[in-house]
Amino acid sequence: MKRILVPIKRVVDYNVRIRVKPDGSGVITDGVKMSINPFDEIALEEALRIKEKGLADEVLAVSIGPADCQQQLRTALAMGADRAILVQTDAVVEPLDVARMLRTICDRESIFLAILGKQAIDDDCSQTGQMLAALWGRPQATFASKVEIDGAVARVTREVDAGLETLEIDLPAVITTDLRLNEPRYVKLPDIMKAKKKPLDTVDTASLGVTPVERLKAVKFDPPPQRTKGIMVKDAQELVDALRRKGLA
Amino acid sequence: MNRILIVAEHDGARVNPAIAKCVTCARAIPDAEVTLAVFAADPATVAASAAAIAGVDRVVTVTHAAHANPLAAAIAPQLAELAAGYSHVFGPSTTFGKDLMPRVAALLDSAQVSDLMAVESATRFRRPIYASNAIVTVESSAGAKVVATVRIASFEAAGVSVAPAPIEAAVVSAAPDTHTRFVSVSSARSDRPDLQTAAKVVSGGRALASAENFGILFKLADKMGAAVGASRAAVDAGYAANDMQVGQTGKIIAPQLYLAFGISGAIQHLTGIKDARTIVAVNKDPEAPIFEVADIGLVGDLFQVVPEIERLLDRPG
Ligand SMILES: Cc1cc2nc3c(=O)[nH]c(=O)nc-3n(C[C@H](O)[C@H](O)[C@H](O)COP(=O)(O)OP(=O)(O)OC[C@H]3O[C@@H](n4cnc5c(N)ncnc54)[C@H](O)[C@@H]3O)c2cc1C
Ligand SMILES: Nc1ncnc2c1ncn2[C@@H]1O[C@H](COP(=O)(O)O)[C@@H](O)[C@H]1O
Repeated sequence: MKRILVPIKRVVDYNVRIRVKPDGSGVITDGVKMSINPFDEIALEEALRIKEKGLADEVLAVSIGPADCQQQLRTALAMGADRAILVQTDAVVEPLDVARMLRTICDRESIFLAILGKQAIDDDCSQTGQMLAALWGRPQATFASKVEIDGAVARVTREVDAGLETLEIDLPAVITTDLRLNEPRYVKLPDIMKAKKKPLDTVDTASLGVTPVERLKAVKFDPPPQRTKGIMVKDAQELVDALRRKGLA
Repeated sequence: MNRILIVAEHDGARVNPAIAKCVTCARAIPDAEVTLAVFAADPATVAASAAAIAGVDRVVTVTHAAHANPLAAAIAPQLAELAAGYSHVFGPSTTFGKDLMPRVAALLDSAQVSDLMAVESATRFRRPIYASNAIVTVESSAGAKVVATVRIASFEAAGVSVAPAPIEAAVVSAAPDTHTRFVSVSSARSDRPDLQTAAKVVSGGRALASAENFGILFKLADKMGAAVGASRAAVDAGYAANDMQVGQTGKIIAPQLYLAFGISGAIQHLTGIKDARTIVAVNKDPEAPIFEVADIGLVGDLFQVVPEIERLLDRPG
């Protein structure tokens, strides 16, 4: 059985304007729209396409977090994942512990490919995939914009600062997705109904042998510094004059 | 004493300009001793450029044929081994550093501070989250090794040293992993300034409407000695190359001058330009959110304004 793992993180929707709580204890998430991390949707889409090409048999979606993550897992099932696991915890789980839990799942479920988002848009860490690859002792191809599976090898094109880099990696391996890898499909109503019957298991962190530890304590949260209000000019001449006054043209 | 090890990203000839910024960040830690680590197939010239950065106490080199093309899988086990005896291990927040450092952190059983933007003490740092819409101060536990990527837009580059630092060859036993093989890299190499370090950046959005139209921005940029950037919408539509994307998931830049043409100013884009000294926005829509952050705004059609600016620049003011 060739099984692909796609971790799904529940995050504040990317359209929400983030506000820091006045007491600096965090950001306001009450009553805010939550979604699948956009990069994880891309990861899931890629896994589904690989399966649809007959190169994998099953797509397993896993989320680590509170009970509400079930909503995002149901959406993942509606998109086409075969099965889902919720690792339920109310603790803050840092990328290293997420990676340790995923590592256990990779072994138990004999995963041949794990596709993660390149970053979660809440913590913006961009760590979990690389950490999973290290703990698993397997290759990583991060920031992927193209993936080709060929037997026991994957050829991955990566978006790097210099342009595009291509790597060849032995499977099993970890891939993390960049924006241009694909465009995720829309969920259709009948799929939402079907998804209700698909298996969604809930386990706790202890069953994966991990007790989440806070290695980096969040001491306080601040709003970002605001830029001072600028000026409006009426035409290109005024614009160039303003640049000249600043010594920029 | 805080012993800080920085992985010196390079292109085979010189260290990346981001490294001089990592050195400034490391120097902000009290009582710091700074070592740069060069992984290369032939490290001599790179090591010399690393040794010339002011504030560097020592350069160590690791020579291996596998490092002809830098791969996280090859460097990580060796960097993790070198990290013994260091309190902090830093890399730049470039795609190289973002790929490598978490792999090193996991091998060291450490957490990672991503995009470190300010040092408050040897264990307390600030970093942006939620596309820079919030800044979190984090404290690592006493005695834990601190692994971090340094947000290069937040630090000035260290200068050039008068007395170059000593260079030593390091001995490591960890062999690079071979399950990962470099195939190729393709870059739209140009003579234009590098987007990440350029003093001026001209940038375009979806409004450019085609790759050909982007040509007017390249013309203006060449006149100004500027690099060219783009919004995600422009890159997705194929008007601009992927390595030109500015924003939360593209490049975070801090030029003296950023000129945004036909870019609406979505939060994901603004994340990438918050540290620009002066932001200029030209947009048809007076309500475009980009005007909320612009120092100089002009409501107008870019297809008229861009050629006009170009013409006016030719005329002494
Ligand atoms: C997870 C995630 C990550 C993202 N990361 C990034 C990122 O890193 N960088 C990024 O840029 N975006 C990113 N985005 C996308 C972002 O949300 C916006 O969709 C994108 O920035 C919009 O690009 P734009 O401003 O070019 O296009 P639009 O929003 O379509 O704006 C075009 C603008 O051009 C103006 N215009 C039209 N014609 C003219 C004309 N003739 N003259 C002058 N003005 C004109 C319009 O008034 C409009 O304001 C991300 C999105 C997600 C979900
Ligand atoms: N709590 C979580 N549950 C499921 N997947 C996660 C979780 N945290 C991180 N991930 C995965 O790791 C990727 C990178 O996250 P990060 O390292 O936090 O930026 C995400 O896109 C997800 O694929």
